[in-house]
Amino acid sequence: MLRVRGLTKTYRGGDKALDGVDLDVPRGQLMALIGPSGAGKSTLIRCVNRLVEPTAGAVVVDGAPVTGLGGGALRAARRRMGMIFQEYALVERLTVMENVLSGRLGYTGFWASWLRRFAQADVDEAFRLIERAGLGGMQDKRADQLSGGQRQRVGICRALIQNPALLLVDEPTASLDPKTSRQIMRLLVELCSERKLAAIVNIHDVALAQMFVQRIVGLRAGRIVFDGPPEALTTEVLTEIYGEEDWNVNRPAEDDGDEAPLAVTARLEAAR
Amino acid sequence: MSAGAAIRRWRPPPFITNPWLRLAIYGGAALYLALALGTLEVNWARVSEGLVRGWAFVAAFGNPDFSSRWEEIYEGMVESLTMTVVSTVLGVALSLPVGLGAARNLAPLPVYMVCRGIIAVSRSFPEIIVAILFVKMFGFGPLAGMVTLAFATIGFMAKLLAEDLEDLDEAQVEAVRAAGASWPQLMVYAVQPQVLPRFIGLSVYRLDINFRESAVIGIVGAGGIGATLNTSFDRYEFGTSAAILILIILIVMAAEYSSGIIRKRLQ
Repeated sequence: MLRVRGLTKTYRGGDKALDGVDLDVPRGQLMALIGPSGAGKSTLIRCVNRLVEPTAGAVVVDGAPVTGLGGGALRAARRRMGMIFQEYALVERLTVMENVLSGRLGYTGFWASWLRRFAQADVDEAFRLIERAGLGGMQDKRADQLSGGQRQRVGICRALIQNPALLLVDEPTASLDPKTSRQIMRLLVELCSERKLAAIVNIHDVALAQMFVQRIVGLRAGRIVFDGPPEALTTEVLTEIYGEEDWNVNRPAEDDGDEAPLAVTARLEAAR
Repeated sequence: MSAGAAIRRWRPPPFITNPWLRLAIYGGAALYLALALGTLEVNWARVSEGLVRGWAFVAAFGNPDFSSRWEEIYEGMVESLTMTVVSTVLGVALSLPVGLGAARNLAPLPVYMVCRGIIAVSRSFPEIIVAILFVKMFGFGPLAGMVTLAFATIGFMAKLLAEDLEDLDEAQVEAVRAAGASWPQLMVYAVQPQVLPRFIGLSVYRLDINFRESAVIGIVGAGGIGATLNTSFDRYEFGTSAAILILIILIVMAAEYSSGIIRKRLQ
């Protein structure tokens, strides 16, 4: 499905964000990409849809190369890749419906999109997705009137209406509370399995990743240092990815994460 | 934890770290101000004389004369308003491509340089000088005034639009680009919603500036109410001048008030 070979990105100024990354993600697999800040996680997924131009290497989606394309061909390739962002990246002054339909821009002509005359099939699909994401009836609300969790749901709808083969998800839960984070991850997992999508999810919350994905890839300083199932993520591996730290301190909270926020609340109550 | 711990004082770090340099700069500025004030020659006898004449002018405001030159005032006002509206519409329309080209994050370097150049030229000459030039080119009358105001509007609107565009939230643009949008779609879906309310607000503000400027450039022969105002000064008809100024103030206030309402509606 997604095949990445020797992907390298050197930023101006000589910072090497990616250093020869090889990665394959099969259809229907939800893969989490973990690693410390600055390891190149965002750069990696942005090189896949070429929002960031890779310095070297190849990206192939569904057998079709993405690297080397230009203009219209690149736009056509981007239609097959839905992207979901950390701070939602909704167009704040547009409505929920306009934001969702903006996922169809690659399939719609300029005048039709400017006049908001989208194909009826697109509008039907938008309504279906909005309802599926639990936002029924909110289609005419402006994006800046929504809560964080609702915004991320709109972001997911916008990515899915592209009818993508691959989802690129950049820190989907970093701005959300623990409960909403889980709901969003659950929605992503369900939608990916419903539609047999491959997905790369950049995530900081290792415990959350372990809870929801089948495969975890660890990135450190632009190189893949771990690739395996969530169970294989041992203390040694975490140390290799993130550096020295007493990982077991967090372990009890990870095992029954539901209790963790409650425990914090209880401590706050006791401190009063 | 010891009871006699020394008090640790804290002051914000000074803007200029070197104390001697700081003293030299502040002292130098004060000295310059004192010397500059010393060079001003004020002829107090002339001022007291002028105060009386000035007062006669201010007193005319208590007794504005709308009737004796009403025809000229009315024609001048209509001409000014026409100039204002036409030049604003034209200038705003032309400022759109120039502003887009002058935003470094949207335009390639050569386009950026050309558009910044247009803005610099338009902004570096005061309206009155541009008006003199266009009066020479097109002759006396409102055409010269209209071209002047449209020209000045391009510089003003394009500069402010370009600065807004450079402050765009890149994430929103990136998200729309990631969906496979083309460049014009990017403009309409990710850029326009971010800058449109302020752009409309600024256009209304520019309308109000252009009306005021139309009164000024009329003095050099570029048509409009300024010409009428100038004539009334030349004839020492301060009552008529006062009437014109009052009308200008009323119209500017009305424009100010309505632009406030429009901007509030747009958030």
